[in-house]
Amino acid sequence: MMKVLTFGIVKEILGDMSAIVLLDNGMTVAMLKTKLEEQYPRLKQLSSFMIAVNGEYANADTVIKQGDEVAIIPPVSGG
Amino acid sequence: MNIDLKISSEALVVQSCIDWAKSAESGGVDVFIGMVRNNTKGRKVLRLEFETYESMALNEMKKIANDSMLKWPVNKILMHHRIGVLVPGDIPVVIVVAAAHRAAAFEACRYAIDTFKQTVPIWKKEVFEDGEQWVAAHP
Repeated sequence: MMKVLTFGIVKEILGDMSAIVLLDNGMTVAMLKTKLEEQYPRLKQLSSFMIAVNGEYANADTVIKQGDEVAIIPPVSGG
Repeated sequence: MNIDLKISSEALVVQSCIDWAKSAESGGVDVFIGMVRNNTKGRKVLRLEFETYESMALNEMKKIANDSMLKWPVNKILMHHRIGVLVPGDIPVVIVVAAAHRAAAFEACRYAIDTFKQTVPIWKKEVFEDGEQWVAAHP
């Protein structure tokens, strides 16, 4: 099990209690995104969303390891 | 230090940002002040609610500051962003760039705010009289 950090609209889509996904061995960022979209179809309505691993934007083929800090990053809108 | 980065729930003070950036070797100080507008496409904005993934945001801000210094001969760069609830007229962001000559200051400041808006994980929700929306979330 892995707790995923959520912000902004993603926090509203997932709800605070449900930001938990099953972490499979060797799961990549692309696989995580697909899994999240299956669990929470409203994510597909966003303009886009990125995954950050340990505080850095991650590529699709980045493998997520146990203990990594993983966050869903919806389109940013600072400034 | 030539770089000053801050995310804060306190009001930003533009004059202190400028005072920090000024120095004897800088002939120009370029300042960008972001303001909360009172409307979006004619719809009256009551307030904006900002939130951030702070550790990553500071990390991304540091990259922008470092890149600016590599791309242009600038002496100092400051980026401050406010989070929490802001109302029209409040200042969510201040960017200040000091350089020997104005061209570098202008260009680096523009690069910094443009890149900031694309990469730094900060989000704002616009609250209107009759609804609300997370900015840029949907196509």
